[in-house]
Amino acid sequence: MFQDRYSLAFKLYPYKRSADQDADTPVRHPVVVMGGGPIGVATALDLGLQGIPVVVLDDHEGIGMGSRAICFSKRCLEVADRYGCGEPMLEKGVVWNLGKVFHEDRKVFEFNLLPEEGHKYPAFINLQQPYFEKFIVDRVREAQADGAPIELRGKNRVDSIDVRDDHVVLRVMTPDGAYTLEADWLIGCDGANSPLRSMLGLDFTGRVFKDSFLIADIRMKAEFPTERWFWFEPSHGSGASTLLHKQPDDTWRIDFQIGWDVDRAEEIKEENIRRRLDAMLGPDIEYEMVWSSIYTFQCKRMDRFRHGRVIFAGDAAHQVSPFGARGANSGMQDVDNLGWKLSLVITGKAPESLLDSYDEERIHGADENILNSTRSTDFITPKSAISHIFRNAVLDLAEHYEFARPLVNSGRLSLPCTYDGLSLNGPDALPGGPSRTRVGSPCPDAPVGDGFLLPRLGNDFQILTIGAEAPEMLEEDGVTARRFAISASDDPTGVLAERYLGDASAAVYLIRPDQHVAARWPAFDETAMRTALRKACGKD
Amino acid sequence: MSTLNLKPNIEDPDGFYADLIGAHEGLSDAESAALNARLVLLFANHIGDRDILRKAIKAASNPGKET
Ligand SMILES: Cc1cc2nc3c(=O)[nH]c(=O)nc-3n(C[C@H](O)[C@H](O)[C@H](O)COP(=O)(O)OP(=O)(O)OC[C@H]3O[C@@H](n4cnc5c(N)ncnc54)[C@H](O)[C@@H]3O)c2cc1C
Repeated sequence: MFQDRYSLAFKLYPYKRSADQDADTPVRHPVVVMGGGPIGVATALDLGLQGIPVVVLDDHEGIGMGSRAICFSKRCLEVADRYGCGEPMLEKGVVWNLGKVFHEDRKVFEFNLLPEEGHKYPAFINLQQPYFEKFIVDRVREAQADGAPIELRGKNRVDSIDVRDDHVVLRVMTPDGAYTLEADWLIGCDGANSPLRSMLGLDFTGRVFKDSFLIADIRMKAEFPTERWFWFEPSHGSGASTLLHKQPDDTWRIDFQIGWDVDRAEEIKEENIRRRLDAMLGPDIEYEMVWSSIYTFQCKRMDRFRHGRVIFAGDAAHQVSPFGARGANSGMQDVDNLGWKLSLVITGKAPESLLDSYDEERIHGADENILNSTRSTDFITPKSAISHIFRNAVLDLAEHYEFARPLVNSGRLSLPCTYDGLSLNGPDALPGGPSRTRVGSPCPDAPVGDGFLLPRLGNDFQILTIGAEAPEMLEEDGVTARRFAISASDDPTGVLAERYLGDASAAVYLIRPDQHVAARWPAFDETAMRTALRKACGKD
Repeated sequence: MSTLNLKPNIEDPDGFYADLIGAHEGLSDAESAALNARLVLLFANHIGDRDILRKAIKAASNPGKET
C-alpha cells in the first residue's frame, strides 16, 4: 500500500500518527500544502513565520537521494535569507565564477561571471539539492521551536480531493490507513508529474524535447578547478555535449547528452557510465560514483496557477529544462510571491482577488524562464541540420572573435524577473531613477552601514527613504508600511545611491514584502503612498 | 581603411538567434541554403562598404585571418 518511489538522503519527517486521523469529523486547516519538496516546505516556512497555521503532506518521510538541482542563484538565496536559511547554504555551497566552453577538443573561450560588488550573496552557488532542502527543513524545526504553527507529515499521500467553493476536502493515505482532512486553501507543490493536476484534469502544455541526458555525480580528489566546463561535441565521444561542474564534498556533476533513441536500462549500468566517464577524464583518474540518473525534459506550464482555492507552485505549475538552473530557483520566487499575498487574504486584510496577481506575476516569470531555457536547449541540441550548421558556425567564430561569444548559449543563468507593467505596480515617478530599481524589480542588494540592505527589507511593506522624510509608520485599510530610513552616512561606498538614486538626489520607495519595488517618488506624498499601497494589495 | 567590427554589436543576441533559426523552420536543405544566400545579400547591401565586405568574407573563410 505504501511503496516509496525513491530512496531518501535524509529522513527528516518520519510518519507519526496525527490527532486528525482519530477525529470524528474532518479537521479543517487554513492551509494544506501537498508535497514536501523544496517548494512545499519553503511555502510552509513563509506562512508559518507569518503565524499562519500550515500542514505539509508528503508521501515520503524526507528528502530524496540524488542531487537534481545543483545551481542556486542569488535571488533564490536572498529569498532563503529572508526565511533565515540562506547563510548555511552559502557556507556549504561552492562559489564559482569562471566558465570554459569547448568545441570538439578545442577551448573556444572562457568567461568570468565578474561578480558585482556590494551583495551579501554571490551570483550562484553550487550545492546538492538534498542539502538545500535540508537547510530549509532545519529552519522549519527552529521556527517550530519558536512557536511557528507548521506541521510536516511524512507518509501522508493525498489520493483524491474534492474542491468546494470555500474549501477543499482531501483524502489522505497513511501507513495506518486513510483519513479525511479539509483545507481553506490547498497549495499544490507536488512536483513536475503533479498528481493534483491530474486529479483536477488540468492541462500542462508546452514542448517535449527529444533528447536524453545521463547525469553522474562522482566523488574524486582530482585537481579540477572550481569552474564550469561545457563541451559541445567533445572529441572524447562521451556524449553529444557534456557539462562538468563542481559541488561540495569533492563531488562533481557530469551531465552527458546521450540522444533520444537509447536503451536506458543499458546506459544506466555502472560499467557503461564508467566507460563514458573514463573517455572523458582519462584512464588514470580514480572516482567513486555517488548518484546517477537518466532524464529527459520538457518546457511546460499550466494555463493558470490559481484554480479557486487550489494554487499551484514550483514544478507542478511549470517545468523547464535544467539548462540555466531555473527550476528550483523560480519555484522559490513563486513562494516569495505567494506567501505574503495568501497571508493578507487569510487575515482579511486584502481581497481574494489579490491572489490573481500571483497568477499574473508568476506566469510572467514562468514564460521568461521557459523562453530562456528553450533557447539554450535549441542551441545545445540543434533540431535540424541547418540549426546545427549555425550552431557550429557560431562556435567556430567564437574561438577567434569576441562578437560571436554572446551567441554561444550553454545555459543562460537564472535572473529574477521584473514585473514590468503588471497590475500591482504603482507609479514609477522618480526622475533620473536607475532602470534596475524601476517599479516591478526585485530590490538589488547594496551595502548599508556595516551590513547589507536586503536583510533589512521584506516580510512587511516598507517605505524606504533615501535622504528623504516620511512618517515612521502608515496604515491603510489594515495594512501597515514601516519606514526604513537611509542617509548618506549609511552609504559610505555610494553603491546604494548608484542603485537606488541614479541621478536623483533623494527617493522614497514603497517596497513589497517580497522585496519587489511597488512604487517610487522623489519625495513622500501621503495620498500617493496610500493609493500605491492599496494597489499593491489588489484593492481597487 | 574601415575596420570590420568584431566586438559584440547585436542587441538581445538570444532573441536574434531564435529569429534566425526560426526563419529556417520547416525548410528543406536547398530552401535553407537559398534563404541564407538572400540574407547574406541583404546584409551585404546594408553594409555597402567594399572594404568591410572583403574583410568579412576573409574572416568567414578563414576565421582569425581577416586582415
Ligand atoms: C537533472 C536536473 C537538474 C536540475 N538542476 C537544477 C538547478 O541547477 N537549479 C535549479 O534551480 N533547479 C534545477 N532542477 C529543478 C529542480 O530539481 C526542481 O525545480 C525542484 O525540485 C522542484 O521542487 P518542487 O518542490 O516543486 O518539486 P519536487 O522536488 O518534485 O517535490 C515534490 C514533492 O511532492 C511529493 N508528492 C508527489 N505526489 C504526492 C502526493 N500524492 N501526496 C503527497 N506528496 C506528494 C513528492 O514525493 C515530492 O517530495 C533540476 C532538475 C533536474 C531533473
